[in-house]
Amino acid sequence: MQSNTESTLPTEPENLPETNAKKHKSPLQLAFQRFIKNKLAVISVFVLLLIIITCTAAPLFTDQDPVATDLFQIEKSPTDEHILGTNGQGQDNFARLLYGGRISLIVGFSAMFFTLAIGVLLGSIAGYYGGKVDSVIMRAADIMLMLPFLVLVLTIMAIIGEVTIGLFVTIIAITSWPNLTRIIRATYLSLREQEFVLGARAIGASDLRIILKHFIPNAIGPIIVNATLMMATYIIVESGLSFIGFGIPQPTPTWGNMISEAQNIRILRDHPEAWIPPGVAILVTVLAINFIGDGLRDAFDPKSNRR
Amino acid sequence: MYKYIIRRILVFIPMLFALTIIVFGLSQLAPGDALTGKSLADPNVDPEVYEQQREALGLNDPIYVQYWRWISSAAQGDFGDSLIFNGRTVAQLIEDRIANTLYLGLFSLAITIIVAIPIGIYSARKPYSLLDYGATGFGFLGLAIPNFFFGLIAIYVLSINLGWFPSQGTLSTPGITGFEAFVDRIHHMVLPGITLGLAGTATYMRYMRSEVLDVLGSDYIRTARAKGMSDSNVLYKHTLRNALIPIITLMGFEIGVLLSGAVITEQVFQYPGLGTLFLSSVVNRDFPVVMAIAMILGVLILVGNLIADILYSIVDPRIRYD
Repeated sequence: MQSNTESTLPTEPENLPETNAKKHKSPLQLAFQRFIKNKLAVISVFVLLLIIITCTAAPLFTDQDPVATDLFQIEKSPTDEHILGTNGQGQDNFARLLYGGRISLIVGFSAMFFTLAIGVLLGSIAGYYGGKVDSVIMRAADIMLMLPFLVLVLTIMAIIGEVTIGLFVTIIAITSWPNLTRIIRATYLSLREQEFVLGARAIGASDLRIILKHFIPNAIGPIIVNATLMMATYIIVESGLSFIGFGIPQPTPTWGNMISEAQNIRILRDHPEAWIPPGVAILVTVLAINFIGDGLRDAFDPKSNRR
Repeated sequence: MYKYIIRRILVFIPMLFALTIIVFGLSQLAPGDALTGKSLADPNVDPEVYEQQREALGLNDPIYVQYWRWISSAAQGDFGDSLIFNGRTVAQLIEDRIANTLYLGLFSLAITIIVAIPIGIYSARKPYSLLDYGATGFGFLGLAIPNFFFGLIAIYVLSINLGWFPSQGTLSTPGITGFEAFVDRIHHMVLPGITLGLAGTATYMRYMRSEVLDVLGSDYIRTARAKGMSDSNVLYKHTLRNALIPIITLMGFEIGVLLSGAVITEQVFQYPGLGTLFLSSVVNRDFPVVMAIAMILGVLILVGNLIADILYSIVDPRIRYD
């Protein structure tokens, strides 16, 4: 954490001689160097990119419409036209797999982003100002954590009724900020006592500037690592909620929606090609994200060095 | 230590109060009330009669009076009537299901402990061995696979194709009793139990491995070895006692994870527990049942955390409440 105190000195020279350049790698550059040495994490980045590109460029890989229903083609086994067969509404499973990946990834990403925004904001306020604001925010976090996540989310969904993608993401974010807020607050508490913060304050830096320029950059490691792992969790949460019928409503394809077809015993028994691919897609995506997250953790915090 | 335990219990009381406020607040947000769906909501009924009925049920009372009435009857196990199942109280519905969920939870916790702890210890004693790599790989997979997908695969392979285990329910023949029923129950719990415990097993295996590795690297273990203590004594007398401390605490928190996971797992296996009841009540918007289950789960989690903290202070006297 101390390694970048240098860069926060106001008198840092603009142009360093070539010979000194090596010593002045930013912590982010150092982390990146450590990250690319982790083979598993780098492979995972490529796997994830491949999944993202395939889903984004879905129209290049299939001519089928993921939501068009064809009542003459219900629960068909794979053919040349429908590579993975069709589902109970006669929709093409392969097209749904690709287009569904888009929704699953977007939901996972935006829920992560939204939670991150709330978590960083509340964590910063609680950790920086301390005192009463801190206790209020932390008690609110305790209260949110009292009910199991799924129970809270389902209860809210029962009250609201119809769910859209935006609403879904919002519900996830407002029920799951406490963990991230706690982590960020804890990081800030240790930063608050350090000399460079005192120094910044002494030269008259505003609260906002100290938070943006000193606190967030120093807490960036835990923030990025947790954001990554959160995205993996949210992809699983989306699929789980969709499976029990409380996720993104049909006919929008998501991986969870596709697996939920297997609640029908006929599809479960006779058409594994309909529900296994989306499950494997979730598994591979989540594995890749988790490996990247672990790689990032080791890169940002070389001390953690898990044996 | 006693001082810590007493203070910890004192903290429990306001948290319990906060929980009741949340659950009651959510129930107030929910559309409809105890009269919705009953014959009184019939358009043929004079609105005045409806209003009298509301008055009689106390639905027009100030909110704190309603809260007090709800909380005092809830404390006696009376959560009102179900809106969907006519003539059945919420308490009866829950009574039918709660034992099934507790059995399933305990069964899956038992699987987790029996599998995760020995493998974790082995992994730590023989790091980078074949089994260690296998366990690490299993750990990654176990945390990345959605548990309902794992459950479906288990049904597809072990139940449909191999026919080893039943895929749903709790008993295959109604009315059997005694030992036969016990065996049948266990047989029905194998697949849901493994599915529910999968993520926990993966987590505890990793925790156990890193805890044992930590302790094995400490100075007092080296001292014990230097004294000429045998390997098994080092393991059982020094290592495990210290390595198990954090695991015990985590077990208390595991209650919430298990109960939450039960909602989806029970649905996959159509297991008649609190999870499936909760889900069908959410679908049918049977709010008294939803709130009662939320309340029960919340209390179980609070108690789990309390027990975990107290156990922690007993096994590790260094813990002090500041």
